[in-house]
Amino acid sequence: MTQDKDARRPNVSLAERARRIRRLAVRMGEVQGQGYVGQALGIADVLAVSYFHALRHRPDDPYWEGRDRFNLSIGHYAIALYAALIEAGIIPDEELETYGGDDSRLPMSGMAAYTPGMEITGGSLGQGLSVSVGMALALKRKGSGSRVFNLMSDGELDEGSTWEAAMSAAHHGLDNLVCIVDVNNQQADGPSTKMLGFEPLLPKWEAFGWYAQRVDGNDVGAVTEAFDRAMAHEGPRPRVVICDTRMCKGVPFLEARDITHFIRVEPDEWAKALAILEAAGPL
Amino acid sequence: MSAHGKFRHEALKPRPRAAGAPGVRLKTSAMIASIAAEGQATRPAPFGHALAKLAETRPDIVGLTADLSKYTDLHVFAKAWPDRFYQMGMAEQLLMGAAAGFAREGFTPFATTYAVFASRRAYDFICMAIAEESLDVKIVCALPGLTTGYGPSHQATEDLAIFRGLPNMAVIDPCDALEIEQATVAIAERKGPVYMRLLRGNVPLVLDRYGYKFEFGKSKLLRDGPDALVISTGLMTMRALEAAERLDADRVRVGVLHVPTIKPLDVETIVAEARRGGRLVVVAENHTEVGGLGEAVAGALLRAGVAPKFRQIALPDAFLDAGALPTLHDRYGISTAAVVARIKAWL
Repeated sequence: MTQDKDARRPNVSLAERARRIRRLAVRMGEVQGQGYVGQALGIADVLAVSYFHALRHRPDDPYWEGRDRFNLSIGHYAIALYAALIEAGIIPDEELETYGGDDSRLPMSGMAAYTPGMEITGGSLGQGLSVSVGMALALKRKGSGSRVFNLMSDGELDEGSTWEAAMSAAHHGLDNLVCIVDVNNQQADGPSTKMLGFEPLLPKWEAFGWYAQRVDGNDVGAVTEAFDRAMAHEGPRPRVVICDTRMCKGVPFLEARDITHFIRVEPDEWAKALAILEAAGPL
Repeated sequence: MSAHGKFRHEALKPRPRAAGAPGVRLKTSAMIASIAAEGQATRPAPFGHALAKLAETRPDIVGLTADLSKYTDLHVFAKAWPDRFYQMGMAEQLLMGAAAGFAREGFTPFATTYAVFASRRAYDFICMAIAEESLDVKIVCALPGLTTGYGPSHQATEDLAIFRGLPNMAVIDPCDALEIEQATVAIAERKGPVYMRLLRGNVPLVLDRYGYKFEFGKSKLLRDGPDALVISTGLMTMRALEAAERLDADRVRVGVLHVPTIKPLDVETIVAEARRGGRLVVVAENHTEVGGLGEAVAGALLRAGVAPKFRQIALPDAFLDAGALPTLHDRYGISTAAVVARIKAWL
């Protein structure tokens, strides 16, 4: 399994990119024998659309000033973002073997100082959107056309700071900010909606002044269209794409399992999951 | 209800004044009352003016606040540079997160609020979004320690302890208007995050008489004396200097070592001065006795094997009373008169 020589090769479909991101995430999970693989499998389609359709970036220059910023507010989704960064050619494929190890550039929770392409230090949930507001304001101040994408989880909707930032983004008319909310309905203690009810989500974001859409986050076509609409929207409003995703998507025997926040995978199941993903492609 | 099962009001003894009775009743000071004594030389809004001037040569500087520009003197900057001023609303977590975002994009944001809100409400944002990567955010906070009579909701008596514990964070407690002006420039020049306590409004001018120049990380001996050495920070240096003058009249010679940078601490100078002459060493700070300059100095001296007679002038480890500021400064032993009396008693 070697990395594409040209990660930007245009003739690879977004669905195929998503499949490869899933495969890379599972391989990292196998390295550690654990990890937030369920979330990674769920968000892979959104990351594929982000890195291979929406974002402007240069794999050989991850700090290029003209890039779009992708802020991972959910630090524990790092395994998913590493997979996307590897697929995008920003991190070498072989580095995957170091995931979560001592002195690795790929720690279990994402931190900006550790990983090229990791824009912020997430993990203390509910901070990313506030930082994104500051970055979006700063980019406007610089006259930059770069945009800020903030990936957050539905659990982060519980945090009051999320709504401080949501109000602020609308107040300042941040049309260069795109928030992606991964609604997988799973938090540490159980289903997100049972932890702290956040529905109805779409009208809530609209009421906060955002251009809001809600899509099936595992439908690559639907996500792509939603991102396109978000970009094409001309109103002076921040944009949010609420993505309903399925934990463990793409590996049916894990999807069927009693889903938990930290999915348990038996040692012999990694190879099985990988085989399923291998057999599913290329797409 | 207190931990002892009693309401605080059971212990209070209000003294209603009879109609027509003589005397002046001390009232709770305005929340942002100036700490200047009557007739004392002051300068208005030293932080705001210094930042506005600095911004002329530093296009990277922006100002952010959480609905407290007027009460942190940032309104002066906002008036001078309206397009570089960002009103974030009464949302301190957002304030610190957004400041981090500005710093990530190459700006030097000055974020202002009250010390209680930065240290308590927004701490996790300051820790993870700012300090963890040593971003260039300058956090400037009014109402440090006991500088308002509004009670614990506004009295930041433990902010130094909180920020001293935070890796990468520098901590500054300036004494007067001159030092605030100089420190504003110095912290903008320094790389990395800084927490600076702020006296705002008409701020006393004291250090000009000592030919003082703020240097980041340096303590300065403002006056020398063989009987006692007061190691002080923030407005307590003002009190220590006044106390030293009064004690001088009684032939008690007191030195004053001003330590505006609490972190990183100027251990070398502090140890050298504490070692010299076998003097009583008193550490004075406008902060709880827990975790501030007093304990920082004590630790430094102990590690250096220096053990003078050591005393602390600090606020008690308690939620403080509400009331008039002069009353409270007397009550908690940080007024000039209290400093004089305590040093005399300890000698």
